[in-house]
Amino acid sequence: MTNAISSDSIPVERAKPQGLSASRRVYNGTMRVLLYFSAAVTCLLLLFLIGYILYRGLPGVNLEFLTTQESILRGTSGILPAIQNTIYVIIATLIIVLPLGVGAAIYLTEYATNHKLVAAIEFATETLAGIPSILYALVGMLVFGQVLGLGRTLLAGSLTLVIMTLPTIIRTTQESLKTVPQSYREGALGLGAGKWHMIRTIVLPSSVDGIVTGCILAIGRIVGESAVLMFTAGMSTSLQNFFSPGGLTDSSGATLTVALYVYAKERADFDMAFSVAVVLLVITLVINLAAKLVGKRLRKK
Amino acid sequence: MKTTQPDTASSAKRFTPKEAMEWIMKIIFLVCGFIAIAFVLLITVYLILSGLPAIREVGLVDFLFGTRWASTNDTDPAFGILPFILTSIYGTAGAILIGVPIGFLMAVFLAKVAPPKVASVIRPVVDLLAGIPSVVYGLVGMMVLLPAIREFFDLPAGDSLLAAIIVLAIMILPSIISVSETALQAVPKEYEEASLALGATELETYFRVSAPAAKSGIAAAVVLGVGRAIGEAMAILMVAGNVANMPSLLRSVKFLTTAIASEMSYAAVGSLQRNALYSIGLVLFLFIMCINVILNVFLKRDKEG
Repeated sequence: MTNAISSDSIPVERAKPQGLSASRRVYNGTMRVLLYFSAAVTCLLLLFLIGYILYRGLPGVNLEFLTTQESILRGTSGILPAIQNTIYVIIATLIIVLPLGVGAAIYLTEYATNHKLVAAIEFATETLAGIPSILYALVGMLVFGQVLGLGRTLLAGSLTLVIMTLPTIIRTTQESLKTVPQSYREGALGLGAGKWHMIRTIVLPSSVDGIVTGCILAIGRIVGESAVLMFTAGMSTSLQNFFSPGGLTDSSGATLTVALYVYAKERADFDMAFSVAVVLLVITLVINLAAKLVGKRLRKK
Repeated sequence: MKTTQPDTASSAKRFTPKEAMEWIMKIIFLVCGFIAIAFVLLITVYLILSGLPAIREVGLVDFLFGTRWASTNDTDPAFGILPFILTSIYGTAGAILIGVPIGFLMAVFLAKVAPPKVASVIRPVVDLLAGIPSVVYGLVGMMVLLPAIREFFDLPAGDSLLAAIIVLAIMILPSIISVSETALQAVPKEYEEASLALGATELETYFRVSAPAAKSGIAAAVVLGVGRAIGEAMAILMVAGNVANMPSLLRSVKFLTTAIASEMSYAAVGSLQRNALYSIGLVLFLFIMCINVILNVFLKRDKEG
């Protein structure tokens, strides 16, 4: 930089390197090349990935693929069971994690007065968010599968995912609770409302958007998860029958990601695997768009 | 309000149903608040309890520094996880070496250089990349990367550490891009304007003023990438080959995560093999906890700075 001062022309047109010393010109040139090279590599990679998945997978995606199960007798090979299992797991997980997560967020923002306790809870939440899914798989297998005797079932999978998605729900709810103006609370309390009444009628309704965002993010995480579900929910690709003897405790099944793994790695049925990948790609896209939409509404407030 | 003194409380002033409701809800929320702590304790306790027996049986030094892993060998089983530890470290380092420079430069491009319209097209695609399930990366890696490596290096099979490193580098790219971009966007405009006014070119400003000003955010991105890479299991399970070799770029290898994932499905309950897998989990847990602590330090510094 020091040699820049010696060059007598102060660069009025700063983008043009005429008035620069040779070393600065080299630096600028190299950095520009590197910058555009990385941008090009990343963009090409994105295009290639998405293009390749669509190219390999799209031909296999049709109505039959989405609405039938694998059956040699009927000659169909669909992924309906995997879609159903994914939906079951999402619903079961959200039903359990929503009250817990929203409750924890309410405690942190509305009730907690002890700073050390808040710090401890937030540290625990961050820790949960950082633990890799294979460790959740281990603990889920041990605690829900063996100790609680659920074995490999959708329920055991959902319970494990509850622990995994809890940080997401707590964090997004907490953020939206913080945006509720303090004057709303003071107004309600001043009119004689109890704390719970105030939370139920004022605070929660104004933070619905944040809770919905949390749900969307949690769904994204559940759809993308594979290691946990492989070890806690099983790998079967046939339709669920909750009314069969055994019922809920016997409902082992693969979600979309696990089904993809089974097709690719164990059956070497790559066309099928790529078609599942296309379905997952579309779901991811929808989830991202939905999260963005709700986020935009949230920011407008 | 403690549960030990309801008599005195109720005798002095009777609870109305409304007050009782308030009290009950407070307890419920308190319990919810503690649940995150309870889950962390549950995970820690279970990993330690189930991880220790095998370590005790094999011996800590033999377990951590043994170079031979033959868990299914009946006559001469060995449980040394040094190959897994080294593979995880090499794999993560390789992914960081490839992913961080490209991700950082891409973040500079998106935050500073690219026209806003171009950036607003690329950003959602990067987000999409972040959301794609890891098995999909594994699948594409299996079908594209493995044949390419096999042809290029003239190997019998393409399953290798190199393939795993490339897949990991691509997988950590989105989080590195978005976290460093956020950090770069947060640099005060005045810094850059002052630098430009002093005669620095735009690129010099971005790399010598903006980037140093955003360094703790970028460091957080790197640590986050390390955490992602070391914890990833399914994608590299599909491309790394899963043989317990000492790590070498073109050899089939096993990571800490894939060692657990590949053997867990058939290890018998109560066997030393299964217990050893839990011990690997414990080692991985300790790695991750260290990374989390480092990440928290950077994030806190970022908030203060």
